[in-house]
Amino acid sequence: MLKNYIKIAWKVLLRRKFFTFISLFGISFTLMVLMVVTALFDHTFGPQMPEQKTDELLFVNIMREQRDGGFMSSGPPSYYFLNRYVHTLETPENVSINSVFVTVNSYVNNKKLALDIKFTDAQFWQILDFNFLEGKPFGKQEVAYASRVAVINENTRRQYFGTGEAIGQEIEVDQVNYKVVGVVEDVPVLRLHSYADIWVPITLRSQEFKNTGLRGTYFATIKARQAADIPGIKNEYAHMMQEVERQNPEKGTALHSFPDSILESFARTLLGKGREGKLGLLYVILTGITLLFMLLPTINLININISRIMERSSEIGVRKAFGASSNTIIGQFVVENVFLTLIGGLFGFALSALVLEMINDSRLIAYADLSLNLRVFAWGLLLCLIFGLISGVYPAFKMSRLHAVEALKGGSK
Amino acid sequence: MITLKNIEKVYQTKSIETVALQNVNLTVPQGEFLSIMGPSGCGKSTLLNIMGLLDVPSSGTVEIGGKLITSYKDKELAHLRNEKIGFVFQSYHLIQDLSVLDNVELPLLYRPHVSAADRRKRAQVALEKVGLSSRTGHYPSQLSGGQRQRVAIARALIGMPEIILADEPTGNLDSVMGEEIMQILLDLNRQEFTTIVMVTHDEQMAQKTERLVRFFDGQQVSDAKLYDFQKA
Repeated sequence: MLKNYIKIAWKVLLRRKFFTFISLFGISFTLMVLMVVTALFDHTFGPQMPEQKTDELLFVNIMREQRDGGFMSSGPPSYYFLNRYVHTLETPENVSINSVFVTVNSYVNNKKLALDIKFTDAQFWQILDFNFLEGKPFGKQEVAYASRVAVINENTRRQYFGTGEAIGQEIEVDQVNYKVVGVVEDVPVLRLHSYADIWVPITLRSQEFKNTGLRGTYFATIKARQAADIPGIKNEYAHMMQEVERQNPEKGTALHSFPDSILESFARTLLGKGREGKLGLLYVILTGITLLFMLLPTINLININISRIMERSSEIGVRKAFGASSNTIIGQFVVENVFLTLIGGLFGFALSALVLEMINDSRLIAYADLSLNLRVFAWGLLLCLIFGLISGVYPAFKMSRLHAVEALKGGSK
Repeated sequence: MITLKNIEKVYQTKSIETVALQNVNLTVPQGEFLSIMGPSGCGKSTLLNIMGLLDVPSSGTVEIGGKLITSYKDKELAHLRNEKIGFVFQSYHLIQDLSVLDNVELPLLYRPHVSAADRRKRAQVALEKVGLSSRTGHYPSQLSGGQRQRVAIARALIGMPEIILADEPTGNLDSVMGEEIMQILLDLNRQEFTTIVMVTHDEQMAQKTERLVRFFDGQQVSDAKLYDFQKA
């Protein structure tokens, strides 16, 4: 039966070329946009190099102080806070402290090179899954001795050293010479907690460690032993926050800092005023936006489908006369529409691959490597099916209600 | 086989009430070839649609094979149509996008227990019966009117229904083609004992059937036994 439905769907598509073009264009364009957004979303929040085990990772990037009058100040936490309080948490497997990246200048052959530098500890390399192309990361010893060593990304290696040797060579950044110990694959700028062009030991900025304020320019990356430990870490963190001592506590001041996944952190900043989680709300909003975006093409497709199916009223009458129930008719047209949507989906995939390639090439997002991986593909497939079902069910239902006698009068072939 | 009791069909619009059938009582025994005649608009097709469970009467009862079908739901009616009834329409109603073979297979698609191979085999047998076994891969648009109607008959008989309802099956055909189609129906009735009810405008065709019922203004005005094929 399914084969028969698909066969007829295919024939109808070939026969009604204009309708087919309009339908496929609408479907593929809508899906292309959704796929590009999904790829971008996945690239920003999904498991990607070097943050592969996202379900075991938490990030601390905000320290927020709120006073009684509503006055609020927030920013990244200080090294002091992270080292004294976050580093001593017992539930995590590992905690890394690393700086916010800053842009500095380097010169190669009298050409200025703007590089983003990040100061990290040795745990940073243990927690994250960087793809080392050459050499290795710096270790605890280099960090302890504040050695002037650096890990650079592929792009910096290419620009600074060209095709020559890089490992063991010196790179001058912001008038400081570092010995290159490792070269890693480029990390997209959207991965704010890991991204940089050059990573150097955190102890090279030890003068900042003396600042005993709670706000500074550092992040913490927390690794759980397993995903199930995440709630435990959050609990311990919440308890720890109540113990934080402040040098000049003002009456009625509340302190907020949370270990969040990337998406939680985004939701908290965007919707929770930095205090409440709001991940659920973010999902609702994202689903709502997606549905709204799909609404217009869906309505269009419904209309096209109704007129497309209306032309086949005689067929509906014949099928009913020979034993198809209304539900069978609905099934047939839904299958046909899902088939059409899947074809549109294929075009959509091809188009989105093209657009993603264009975004990657345009360098709009530094080091972005947007791609249609299996996760994005699965989401796309799901969107195709939802799109196909929504736009197919209503016309099919409407047409299945058509009285067999009336349907037979609808056409004579 | 088919029993209609006190059938009345009224079409109601906001301003007009049209009586299509009135006080129709008709029994069609199994294996009979009955023709129904009457002027256009006298309710012949409406009656055929009611017999074929495609339409419901405003009042009265319909029995098929001794079963009262008044309370049947859509799914049960569909099942009954599929198992018991085959339709032949004046304008063939073949699905243009399907090949001859696929068109003939159609009723068996709604019988989940029939395999695809079995469907194909039975469709070929049905097409042989109507003399079209060489056209299986053709599409309806590639066939003449007479050939299309033969395909329609093959489609009607593939499910081995007990009843075939034919609504002016020769109406769109020339006399030679019409004769051919009529002969196929007569053979089907005589050899397979299939009950056939045929609506026609053609007196000659009607005279070849066993029984002729005439309608006028929605009412049955005569009922004449012409032959008894079973005894002949």
